Amino acid sequence: MAADRLKVGPIMCHAHGLCAELLPEMVRLDEWGYPILADGPVPPVLRSDARAAVAACPTLALRLRSD
Amino acid sequence: MTALDAARLPPTDHPRLLAGWAETGAITRYSGHRRRYGPLPGLDGPRLIELVSRSGLRGRGGAGFPTARKLRAVADGRGRRIVVANGCEGDPASAKDGVLLELAPHLVLDGIQLAARAVGANEAILAVHTGSRLLRTLAAALRDRGTGEVPVELAEVPRRYVASEESALVNHLTSGDARPTVTPPRPARRGVRGRPTLVDNVETLAHIALIARHGDGWFREAGTRDSPGTTLVTVGGAVALPGVYEIDLGMPVAAVLALAGGPVEPLQAVQIGGLGGSWLPLPYADGMPFTHEDARAVEAGLGVAALVALPVRACGIAETARVLRYLADESAGQCGPCMFGLPAVADDMAVLADGADRSGVVVRRLQERLGVIPGRGACAHPDGAVRLAAGALRVFAADVARHARGDSCTWTGAPPWLPTA
Amino acid sequence: MGQTLWFASRATGLVSLLLLTATVVLGASHSGRVATTRWPRFTLHAVHRNLSLLAVAFLAVHVATAIVDPYAGIAWLDVVVPFASTYHPFWLGLGAVALDLLVAVIVTSLVRTRLPLRVWRAVHLASYALWPVALVHGWGIGGSDSSLSWVLALEGLCLAAVVVAVGLRLRATHPDSEARR
Ligand code: HEM
Ligand code: HEM
Ligand SMILES: Cc1cc2nc3c(=O)[nH]c(=O)nc-3n(C[C@H](O)[C@H](O)[C@H](O)COP(=O)(O)O)c2cc1C
Ligand code: SF4
Ligand code: SF4
Repeated sequence: MAADRLKVGPIMCHAHGLCAELLPEMVRLDEWGYPILADGPVPPVLRSDARAAVAACPTLALRLRSD
Repeated sequence: MTALDAARLPPTDHPRLLAGWAETGAITRYSGHRRRYGPLPGLDGPRLIELVSRSGLRGRGGAGFPTARKLRAVADGRGRRIVVANGCEGDPASAKDGVLLELAPHLVLDGIQLAARAVGANEAILAVHTGSRLLRTLAAALRDRGTGEVPVELAEVPRRYVASEESALVNHLTSGDARPTVTPPRPARRGVRGRPTLVDNVETLAHIALIARHGDGWFREAGTRDSPGTTLVTVGGAVALPGVYEIDLGMPVAAVLALAGGPVEPLQAVQIGGLGGSWLPLPYADGMPFTHEDARAVEAGLGVAALVALPVRACGIAETARVLRYLADESAGQCGPCMFGLPAVADDMAVLADGADRSGVVVRRLQERLGVIPGRGACAHPDGAVRLAAGALRVFAADVARHARGDSCTWTGAPPWLPTA
Repeated sequence: MGQTLWFASRATGLVSLLLLTATVVLGASHSGRVATTRWPRFTLHAVHRNLSLLAVAFLAVHVATAIVDPYAGIAWLDVVVPFASTYHPFWLGLGAVALDLLVAVIVTSLVRTRLPLRVWRAVHLASYALWPVALVHGWGIGGSDSSLSWVLALEGLCLAAVVVAVGLRLRATHPDSEARR
């Protein structure tokens, strides 16, 4: 199975910051409130948290891509 | 910079795109163009792509991407394909596309026809800025070419810096909104009206027109292995004859400045690549070959192949601060790190220029911000601004320190050197 | 027996209304970005989501008991087809409208990551229509049978809560929303 990677759509993201609260291991916010994602695939232990963050993003800017 | 300025310039070493203009002036008639260059060769699409691939041609619009790879990607696309020639030249430091389109419009139009053949397009668009003087020249040139070619439509694009970024161009031509969109999908897959689209700079297309006639071996007679051929450069700043020149890639920067009449006063640095480019220190820059690989090695890029010579009496920090403000104002305001990051970076640089950072907190904050912004916008606009700012901090490090000590700035309040309009 | 069902129906209807009120208040305050460190956004979001699912559960009982109770003679079709019942066609019809909209909001929200943002949002904004319709349904149908003052007071409180939350949401500002104007 291909490894999932987090992606944020820079135009869609409106700095709600939910992703950083739900997945602090992989997302931190810059000083303006926009997410900075960790590099690399989502480790298996964080997969369900990552999915929760994706589902919670108010603007659907956060996505999991398998590639 | 106008074509008339360019027409006063001394001859270059191996002119190709601009060959012979001094004798004949601009060639706007198709008959005259054919007399000089001969007819369009009848190569088929795959042969053309193969030829361009062997020539090693890289895009002249800023990114320096291998042109054949893009041709192939679009040719492999599904559905009706389309060619967009990017003649907007949004960067105020560059004038080469305007000069090319004015002096040799048919070379670009030839390139459009060949590119359309290579990717299998049945439609092409030549984009320039709204209200551009070039519109009349180009309309006349198009009328002069007659039938039997892929139809080329002239399109007008708003005079905004990011409007000529390729996804913004595609967006504008599709919906009238000249703001960038998120990629992927890249234009090669989903471009104008959803069709696979080749977006190439007009100079890139003109090179294709010559490669098709003279071959890849001829093209590689100039330039280096990784940066083959000639290129148009816009030279500005403190040189005797600012203007557009055609040079062999690999020419040392000092020789390029010499071509433009040489410095008219002592220089401290050279700005390279357009406003979203970087700074090169002197004397290092003098000996640096003008190639993609050498520019990249010092965290710069050829970008739009512009050089601005900055004299000693100017202040690199103040120049950079002014350009950063311009770039921040030109943000399309869609992506947080760009719409908030660029004004913040411009503010920081202005504080440094004003000598108001005694404690050094602003430099540190600026360094941090520069580390966090790149790669997080939908387009490369913020990356260019960050590259310029980071280059300034490297090249003018001594000035930053001096400003921090509160010593007087060398800047005399002379007119700005980097153009922002 | 009939009495029990009737009371169960009324009680679950009221609980549903309370839960939906809370859901709408949380949704609006969420969009208005009124979050604090003690009451962070993801709790807002999780509670918003879970309360709405809880409301669905209570509504299922509300509707089932109303139908099973032979007194009003409500048919299953009346649950989804508005204004077709013989019993209080208008007030009951409003309940059916609210339910239809709610099902659309919930279903799209459960699969929201697979929908275009615009579609999900358009459907989700129907919440602002659904909620008053449900309120009027309960008020009308309850009021016509028996108007208990505490029920009316409760409904008034719900109304006040939503009005305040929507007001705050409309007034809320955020640098991002400002910059995009
Ligand atoms: C599975 C169920 C649900 C999920 C996952 C969900 C999720 C969301 C999300 C992510 C937001 C956006 C918050 C923001 O913009 O910051 C939202 C807003 C909102 N939700 Fe829900 N929701 C659900 C059910 C409901 C229900 C059942 C209702 C109402 C009856 C409701 C009413 C609202 C309202 C009123 C807003 C504010 C919209 C606005 O003003 O922009 N939601 N919801
Ligand atoms: C979002 C959907 C709905 C909500 C929030 C809701 C809520 C309520 C409320 C608050 C009451 C008043 C209780 C009282 O005054 O004690 C009520 C009554 C009632 N509801 Fe609903 N309802 C909904 C949908 C429906 C549907 C679809 C039906 C159809 C079967 C229905 C059937 C009834 C009946 C028959 C009553 C009358 C109970 C009485 O008069 O005592 N409701 N509902
Ligand atoms: C902010 C921004 C502005 C740009 N402006 C231009 C432009 O004015 N003209 C141009 O040819 N390319 C411009 N580009 C580059 C284009 O996106 C694209 O890469 C280029 O047109 C492709 O042509 P090439 O492969 O022939 O270089 C710009 C890029 C960015 C990020
Ligand atoms: S939750 Fe979504 S909108 Fe909010 S910061 Fe994360 S990606 Fe951006
Ligand atoms: S990165 Fe900046 S210029 Fe590019 S699309 Fe985003 S906001 Fe616009």
